[in-house]
Amino acid sequence: MIEFGYSIQSNRQIDFDRNTRQVYKYIRRKEPSIDWCMSCGTCASGCTAGYASDFSLRRMILLARRGEEKEIRDGIFRCRLCGKCLNACPRGVNTRNIIYWMQQAVKNTQTL
Amino acid sequence: MKIEGKKRLWREYQKEIAEDHYYFARSCVRQQIFPGAEQICVKILQHDLGRDVFDDPGHTTCTGIGYHTDVVQLETIMTVVARQFSLMTNAGYENFAVSCITSFGIYTEILETWHHFPETEEKTREYLRKATGREFKIPVNLAHTSDIFYKFRHEIAQKSRYKLINHNTGEPLRVVEHIGCHYAKMFPHKGVGGAEYPYVLAGLAEALGGEIVDYPERRHCCGFGFRQYVVKANRGYSISASKIKLESMKPYKPDLIVTNCPGCTVFLDRWQYAISEMEGKTYGDNGQGIPVLTFEELTAVCLGYSPWEIGLQMHNVGPEPLLRKMGVPFDPSRKYLGAGGKNIGIPEKPKVLVVE
Repeated sequence: MIEFGYSIQSNRQIDFDRNTRQVYKYIRRKEPSIDWCMSCGTCASGCTAGYASDFSLRRMILLARRGEEKEIRDGIFRCRLCGKCLNACPRGVNTRNIIYWMQQAVKNTQTL
Repeated sequence: MKIEGKKRLWREYQKEIAEDHYYFARSCVRQQIFPGAEQICVKILQHDLGRDVFDDPGHTTCTGIGYHTDVVQLETIMTVVARQFSLMTNAGYENFAVSCITSFGIYTEILETWHHFPETEEKTREYLRKATGREFKIPVNLAHTSDIFYKFRHEIAQKSRYKLINHNTGEPLRVVEHIGCHYAKMFPHKGVGGAEYPYVLAGLAEALGGEIVDYPERRHCCGFGFRQYVVKANRGYSISASKIKLESMKPYKPDLIVTNCPGCTVFLDRWQYAISEMEGKTYGDNGQGIPVLTFEELTAVCLGYSPWEIGLQMHNVGPEPLLRKMGVPFDPSRKYLGAGGKNIGIPEKPKVLVVE
């Protein structure tokens, strides 16, 4: 095998027949303001958990929209629900509520 | 839907392609990587189709690669393009035939910009005047050379000695057609079939007897994307995009890939070699790859030109399996003999990809 100095990335296409987006649909029912999110990232810019780890609510919402639930499970509990993002959001999205319901969703998949 | 309705709808997806008298704008990339393809394009147009083509030694690169990698400014590229048009005007031509898809995209984009923002055209005229003292006329017709081959596809098919038909079984060869993104994805009305049903290569391949393979990633980009390749650290993106396409087409067992863009030809061809060396995977039969030909090379093979004269030895994936299927005779001992029988050097054999 030859090392060319670059690598082949795995295919990251999202198959919506497989990714059912259950978490997103569940949160929408509980907190409809998730639909107002425009992925600007203001919530993530002032996030304490994001300062100490790679947590980003913007990324979490994006993953939920894409139905990438394994990644949500790996990251969502880094948030301590301090609510600073709530003050930062320019669209008035109830961000803390979204995180809370996201945590509930992945904790108890039967409720989805 | 009634057939009449379908015909009427399809007419809306057509573009006007000039009948004759073309000013030929060469590609800077193609002359280096597949020099035979462009040369044979002019030869087919002039000798086989009897068209008037002016191959001007005075024109330059369109600087499209520099533009797309952010080293050439819009005003500069517009002035370069204006100079090409002034050369066309001085030569007495009105139809501009472009050999490269990147250039075709550039010319289209600039003509559209001038159309919608006439002040930019005026500014460009002023820059050109100051820099060179030249004036220019806007081309009456702008076409990619694959458009011209598409227009004359039935004439080409009539003259062809070999068809895209398996010589042994009589079955049509399975053709993957790959159209460069800048052909119709930016300005759909400038391409045959638009962005939804691009038919320029499919039409040519079908006229030559082939069967088009419709596979899931048919319209996926080859991954060239200029800065994806030009910046070495980004090449992983480029090869990954080509791999998505190759993986998607493999189950359909294509006999060949035909392209109309220099970047696509290089990368669908060269990445097959790179993937074989990096992951040990090959996409053709018996450890070989899927041959990738430009539309001119394919047409030239069908018209009976020698595969080595048109430069098929410059490809990473060997064309021999395809030539055998088509029943095209070739002399393997002459593969690496250039003009006048001079040895051009035999490349090192890949470790995984089987090349004859």
